[in-house]
Amino acid sequence: MAEIRSLRDAVAGLVHSGDTVAMEGFTHLIPFAAAHEMIRQRVSDLTLVRMTPDVIYDQLIGMGAARKLVFSWGGNPGVGSLHRFRDAVENGWPRPLELDEHSHAGMANRYVAGASRLPFAVLRGYRGSDLPSRSGTISTVVCPFTGEELAAVAAINPDVTVIHAQRADRDGNVQLWGLVGVQKEAALAASRVLVTVEEIVDDLTPAPGAVVLPSWTVDAVAVAPNGAHPSYAAGYTVRDNGFYQSWDAVSRDRDAFLRWMDENVLEGAR
Amino acid sequence: MTWTSDELMTVNAARALAGARTCFVGIGLPSAAANLARRTTEPGLVLIYESGTLGSKPSRLPLSIGDGELADTADAVVSVPEIFNYWLQAGRIDVGFLGAAQVDRFANVNTTVVDRGPGRPEGRLPGAGGAPEIAASCGKVLLVLRHSTRNLVRRLDFVTTVGHGDGPGSRARLGLPGAGPVAVITDLGIMRPDPETAELTLTDVHPGTTPEQAVAATGWPLAVAPGLRVTEPPTETELTALRRLAQGAPDA
Repeated sequence: MAEIRSLRDAVAGLVHSGDTVAMEGFTHLIPFAAAHEMIRQRVSDLTLVRMTPDVIYDQLIGMGAARKLVFSWGGNPGVGSLHRFRDAVENGWPRPLELDEHSHAGMANRYVAGASRLPFAVLRGYRGSDLPSRSGTISTVVCPFTGEELAAVAAINPDVTVIHAQRADRDGNVQLWGLVGVQKEAALAASRVLVTVEEIVDDLTPAPGAVVLPSWTVDAVAVAPNGAHPSYAAGYTVRDNGFYQSWDAVSRDRDAFLRWMDENVLEGAR
Repeated sequence: MTWTSDELMTVNAARALAGARTCFVGIGLPSAAANLARRTTEPGLVLIYESGTLGSKPSRLPLSIGDGELADTADAVVSVPEIFNYWLQAGRIDVGFLGAAQVDRFANVNTTVVDRGPGRPEGRLPGAGGAPEIAASCGKVLLVLRHSTRNLVRRLDFVTTVGHGDGPGSRARLGLPGAGPVAVITDLGIMRPDPETAELTLTDVHPGTTPEQAVAATGWPLAVAPGLRVTEPPTETELTALRRLAQGAPDA
C-alpha cells in the first residue's frame, strides 16, 4: 500500500544513487518537483529513462546526476535544443553521458513489455534505420505464424518510476487524466513507484479518460502542488510556455545554468 | 499583399494536405501547416498528435505536441503506446507530416547526429521521436524544411528515418507499408520523387524563385522536372489565417 510521505522522505527512501530511474509524463504531468528534490539530495550515477528528456532531464544531466540516458527525442519542445544534454553528449560536461537511443514507438513498447513482465516487445519499427546499429536493445524476431520479420525491443524495468498526478485519496490510490502518456506502463514496469500529486482528496470522483493506479501498485505518494511546473497538470495548472522559451538562454551557458539551479533549486534545501 | 519565403513554404505545405482525411502531425512547421489547412482548405482534417490526441482542434497554434488545448479540443485522448500501436502501426492514418534536419535525394531523413569533421565530436540533434514509424506506416508522407545545402545533402550522416531508401523498390524490400514521401516542401519550391528513379526532383518553384536558385541550394545535382510549375501566390485568406496562427490569435 502506498504511504503518504513528504517529498523529501519519499525521494530519500525510494531513489538511490546508481538506480535506473524513469520519470515520465509526455509534455503533461512532468514530475519536476521530484527531480529538484533528487538534485538537492545529490542522487547520482543514475540511468535516466524517459521518452522525451525535456527540461527536467536537461537539469538533472547538467547537474551531473546521470551517467546514462535512455530516450527517443531530446529537444525543448517547440523551442530548440536541450543545451545541457548536448553539452554532456558532445563535450562530456559535467560528465560523459552514455546513450541508448530509440524511436517513440520503440520506447513505448519497451515500457509495455516491462509492465507485462515480458522480456521484449514486438513492433513494425526501425526498418532501414541506422538506430539499431547504435543500440543493444533493438533486435529482430521472426513471427512463428507468418514468417514476418519484426523489430524486437528489450523490456524496460526501472528500479524506480517517478510520476506526477492530479490527485490521490487518503489510501494512496492515484488518479491522473488528460494526456496520460506512458505513465501507467512506466509505473507498472518498475520495482518501486513514487507519485507526486497536486492534492490529496477524500474521494476520487471519476474524471473522463482517467487512469487510476491502485494504492497497492504505488510505494509512496507525496503532495507537491504545482509539482509539474513548467509542465502542467490539466484541471489545475497550464503549461508555462514562457518558461520553456526562456530556458533556452539559461541553459546555453554553463555558468548561467549553474547560477539558475543554485538560485531556484538548491536554495530550497537551505 | 506581400509575403515571406517562410509563409510561402507553410502555405504550400498546407495546400499539400488537400484531400487528406487524417494527418499525424509533427511539431513546428508541420503543425503550423496542418493547422492552416484545417482553417482554410480542409476544415474537416483530423489532426493526430503523438501525445495521444485524435482530432485536435486548437484555436491557437500549440508550442508543443502536448499543450493542454490539443487534449481539451480532441475527439479522443489515448495513451502513447495506443497512439503508436493501434492507430499509427495499424495503418489508420492517411498522411504523416514531418520536419527534418537533413534530407537526402531519396527523401531519407536524419534527425540524430551530424558529422562535424575530424577531431570534432558529432553534433547532437534531438533524435528520432515518432518519425521512423510515422514515415513507415502512414499512407503517405510530406516533409517540410528550409532549402539549403546544409539541409539537403548528398549523403546523410545518419539515417534516422527511411524515405525511399536507396531508390526504386527499396521500401517494398524493407517491408515499409506506406507509400513514403510524396513531396518535400521548402521555402523555394516543391520537390517530388521521380516516378522512375524515386529521386527528388524539382517540380515547382514559388513565385519569385528561379530553378537555378533551388539547384544552387541543394547538396546533390538536383534534376528539374520537365514542365516545371510555379506555385500559385498565397491568397489573402491563406495569409490572414496564417498570420493569425503565427500571432497565437484564435480562429477568426
